[in-house]
Amino acid sequence: MANALSQQTQIGDALSQKNRMRLGRLFIYGPLGVMAILYLMPLWVMVVTSLKPLDEIYGGSFIGLPQTVTLDAWRAAWSQACIGTECTGLKPYFVNSLLMVIPAVVLSTAIGAINGYILTKWRFPGANFVFGLLLFGCFLPYQAILIPMARTLGLLGLAGSIPGLIFVHVAYGICFTTLFFRNYFVSLPDELTKAAMVDGAGFFRIFWSVILPTSIPIIVVSCIWQFTQIWNDFLFGVSFTSGGNSPITVALNNIVNVTTGRKQYNVDMAAAMIAAIPTLLVYIVAGRYFVRGLTAGAVKG
Amino acid sequence: MNAAKSFSSRLAGWLPRIVVAPSLLVVIVTVYLFILWTGVISFTSSKFVPIYDFVGLEQFVRLWATPRWHTAVANLFIFSALFLLLSTGIGLLMAILLDQNIRSEGFLRAVYLYPMALSFIVTGTAWKWILNPGLGIQKVVNEFGWTDFRFDWITDPKMAIYTVVIAGVWQSSGFAMAIFLAGLRGIDNSVIKAAQIEGASLPLIYRQIIIPMLRPAMLSVIVLLSYIAIKSFDLVLALTNGGPGSATELPSTFMFSATFRRNQMGVGAASAIMMLMTVAAIIIPYLYSELRERNNG
Repeated sequence: MANALSQQTQIGDALSQKNRMRLGRLFIYGPLGVMAILYLMPLWVMVVTSLKPLDEIYGGSFIGLPQTVTLDAWRAAWSQACIGTECTGLKPYFVNSLLMVIPAVVLSTAIGAINGYILTKWRFPGANFVFGLLLFGCFLPYQAILIPMARTLGLLGLAGSIPGLIFVHVAYGICFTTLFFRNYFVSLPDELTKAAMVDGAGFFRIFWSVILPTSIPIIVVSCIWQFTQIWNDFLFGVSFTSGGNSPITVALNNIVNVTTGRKQYNVDMAAAMIAAIPTLLVYIVAGRYFVRGLTAGAVKG
Repeated sequence: MNAAKSFSSRLAGWLPRIVVAPSLLVVIVTVYLFILWTGVISFTSSKFVPIYDFVGLEQFVRLWATPRWHTAVANLFIFSALFLLLSTGIGLLMAILLDQNIRSEGFLRAVYLYPMALSFIVTGTAWKWILNPGLGIQKVVNEFGWTDFRFDWITDPKMAIYTVVIAGVWQSSGFAMAIFLAGLRGIDNSVIKAAQIEGASLPLIYRQIIIPMLRPAMLSVIVLLSYIAIKSFDLVLALTNGGPGSATELPSTFMFSATFRRNQMGVGAASAIMMLMTVAAIIIPYLYSELRERNNG
């Protein structure tokens, strides 16, 4: 009897513990789920709004599913919406951003790679100081250089042009890419380069056939980081370009801030989605590398 | 021939420095020389174009006598304090919850972090629409039956700065989460096991052991988020355009409009220098300690 009783309480204990565990899990999944919904809500709102006709937007709720799905807003945002006095849609600005981002990413990553290689494998007196100089550039508030850069671009004949923007993005991007590659190459054993040197390989040969083949992951990290930063940049775009040479972020802001007439929220949201899709795609395809870039400067390697 | 060889070997010795020199030069000019240049302009009476006369601290005096700048500085304090507190708190909470061996961790992490891939202009556009009192959250809640519900912060000069906080936290708390999660993954499990054997409860373990061990991650989060807060520009421009009136002006937007819209280049340069000094006061000690520890470790 006593035995049975104790067995029963034991079963009861086990049950209540299991319930407690369940309750505990609820306290974990509950907040995580709520947060996930809050984080996804703006994206959801953007997508559904962009698919609704304008009357439904003014009549219905901002968060509900569209009753009639239409791509008119996307078409308008892509090729008809007015930016200033030009009603060309986002298309030419999307092309501008591509023309800017591709050379800027390639150049800044290539330069960062070779800088990182020199600062780790061909250390010279003062190499640490050089690295410190570059590192502060990562944290420069760009307002502190806007005026001189605007003057300099003017003197170089690059004012208001896409090559001018490429130059700006490469100049300040070097700081980040050098940081990425330096921190990555520091962990490569020096024996690798020493052995290649004994075999008679020179500076460029070692870089090309020993270092580069091992650095695919960090090249991906650097390209994704630079792509996201440069595609999303607004400050340089709005300060150094005007009119038809603007990148997409500037054009998007112009579309959204049009104050005349009935506000076309569906076109605004479609335009925002068009501007967001390239970086979102990169994030979905290569999110792991994106996170590595984000945390590269933060967590000590 | 000997001379030629020694020349080529000397060249080889200098080659790394020669290759790194152009980018070093570009950075020295575009970062340091340009800062100096901005500093020089802040001591001149420049308006539309730089004029190189010397007027001492006149522009700084004028800057600090501008009510709009006072609004900008006050807003920066409100915005940074709340932005930091909320992003760090939410980020830490999410990281701890995600670290409990849960299912679909990868998916949730991706959801919390995707806003970081968006441009602040996109974020601002989306939130401007959600916060619009006539068509956004307020309208939906009103139609749901709660007809007195008011959520018109974005058009209320007193409350508008808090909408910038909401959008900023939405965009950046996932970033804090990612850094905290990396920190949590770096903590040795045996410490936690030992505390559990001693009979410590989970909340106690977190308060007493784990969160103190996250100090380096905490420092990184605070420094990087402060930097994001100080340079916030696009978010304000897209969300409120500094308004209503100048209610959501920040130093970054003030600098831009003074320089490029109101032809007060001297004042703009002075405000840029104030911003730079604020960032430097936070970043330089941080970089110094990071580099020193890295060299020791």
